[in-house]
Amino acid sequence: MPAIVETRGLTKVYEDGTEALKPLDLSIEEGEILALLGPNGAGKTTLISMLCGLVSPSGGQALVGGHDIVASYRQARRMIGLVPQEIALEPFQKVWDSVRFTRGLFGLKRDDAHLEAVLRQLSLWDKRNNRVVELSGGMKRRVLIAKALSHRPRVLFLDEPTAGVDVDLRRDMWEMVEELRRDGVTIILTTHYIEEAEAIADRVGVISKGELLLIEEKDALMVRMGRKTLRIDLRAPVRAVPDGLARYDLELAADGESLSYHYDTMGEGTGITALLQDLAREGLALRDIHTRQSSLEEIFVDLVKGEAQ
Amino acid sequence: MNWQAVWAIYTYEMRRFIRTFAQSFLSPVLSTSLYFVVFGTAIGSRIDQVEGVSYGAFIVPGLIMLSVMTQGISNASFGIYFPKFIGTIYELLSAPVNFLEIVLGYVGAAATKALFIGLVILGTASLFVDLTVMHPGAMLAFLLLTCLSFALFGFIIGIWAQNFEQLQLIPLLVVTPLVFLGGAFYSISMLPPAWQTVTYFNPVVYLISGFRWAFFGAADVPVGISLMAICGFLALCLLVIGWIFRTGYRIKP
Ligand SMILES: Nc1ncnc2c1ncn2[C@@H]1O[C@H](COP(=O)(O)OP(=O)(O)O)[C@@H](O)[C@H]1O
Ligand SMILES: [Mg+2]
Repeated sequence: MPAIVETRGLTKVYEDGTEALKPLDLSIEEGEILALLGPNGAGKTTLISMLCGLVSPSGGQALVGGHDIVASYRQARRMIGLVPQEIALEPFQKVWDSVRFTRGLFGLKRDDAHLEAVLRQLSLWDKRNNRVVELSGGMKRRVLIAKALSHRPRVLFLDEPTAGVDVDLRRDMWEMVEELRRDGVTIILTTHYIEEAEAIADRVGVISKGELLLIEEKDALMVRMGRKTLRIDLRAPVRAVPDGLARYDLELAADGESLSYHYDTMGEGTGITALLQDLAREGLALRDIHTRQSSLEEIFVDLVKGEAQ
Repeated sequence: MNWQAVWAIYTYEMRRFIRTFAQSFLSPVLSTSLYFVVFGTAIGSRIDQVEGVSYGAFIVPGLIMLSVMTQGISNASFGIYFPKFIGTIYELLSAPVNFLEIVLGYVGAAATKALFIGLVILGTASLFVDLTVMHPGAMLAFLLLTCLSFALFGFIIGIWAQNFEQLQLIPLLVVTPLVFLGGAFYSISMLPPAWQTVTYFNPVVYLISGFRWAFFGAADVPVGISLMAICGFLALCLLVIGWIFRTGYRIKP
């Protein structure tokens, strides 16, 4: 698969000296969904803004669809749809006019059928003659998305699309992302919500302090970084972890009815066999056992914490 | 050239004008009528003729210039300031358009509005006084050049301004005084010699003088100099806009 977005040493230092993005090499394949995770101020918006033409790069190069974003900005931008982080809309414009305006900016002829399909998909069709001021926050965000889709982009940037939106919109958005994926649209989204990355992304990148700490297939990431937890439910509660099990670093639940054991699937040995044998030796009867993989959220927190140290 | 985008911006800007058409049309009609009642009748009855023209007719070119300049500036500056202010400028910057197309859209619309208002004033004025335009071609050329260059100037102000006060500052503190002191309502030759010299440093004098020449064939300064002044101002605005384009000044960090 060819890369549809590629950066080589792309970097941004703002005029006040803030190094918002350290030299970045990134390659995004056509049709993939990439989630960029990172705390506030990590440089996610800066990266997207450079690729879309809102911010001038301080160094390096970026290609979208093989077109240099500076030298061949027209070809590059024609492929891009952008849903910005902040809601920015002309308050007195009607929804329909607003969407048509964007399409016009992209140099395309009217295509009312396409715009109707986009508005219907986003449940905006009934609101097409409403002025933007009359819409709720969630509806405004839908308008932003409709505008970004008005020219059938091949690459869609969603900058924190679900920050502060209701459950309905989030569900609709995920559905829309699924549908666009089927059409082969590449989607790059930034988010604070790990569950969102977990639910829809193919790959996950973690950015902190202007640096891409890692970028990996989501599944591989979860396995590689994934710590697992084994929970052992006991038949009879115990008051304390028996001395014979002290070397296992077990956590006893408050009610004394279960023990938790953390292990690493990538480690030399998980220690599970020995643990189970020792449990039997201590005379503890087991009612049930569960294993649980740590979520991206835990991985993420670990990573960013590690970075902070 | 992405003409579709130019058209999208132009029609978007014109739509606001058309939405408030009654107001856009009536306010110059009203203000022109008031000028004639106050200046033409009250003062004009004491001054018969200036440079061989009735005072009422004499002030018409200045009156048109005053409105065209202020309208060109305010429409263009507001037009580009507003998207900066509410954040919708992201759309312009991320679309496959270049700065020239953006300028054409906004400045074209602002110049169109200014031209419209100029013509409305001309029409209204002709109801009050006898007007014959001696050089109609030159009159239109001066009018167009003024609409265009002041709309460009307004665009620059809109890019530069970081708040509403700054947006109002230059039109209020610089342009309006220059126009009033630029011979809009009097001939430079009516001033004492010392003030005449000062006046020649006011660029607006050349524009009004040239415009008045197109009407009556008489001017404070030679018409060629007037033409050079307006073209020079236009070129200066274009240079500044070119620089803004290259540096992304105040629109692209
Ligand atoms: N226009 C700007 N001028 C100066 N610094 C900026 C500008 N925009 C963003 N920054 C700084 O750059 C860093 C990255 O910001 P941003 O890209 O918005 O992060 P994120 O989207 O991950 O929250 C922050 O420290 C922010 O304060
Ligand atoms: Mg951000």
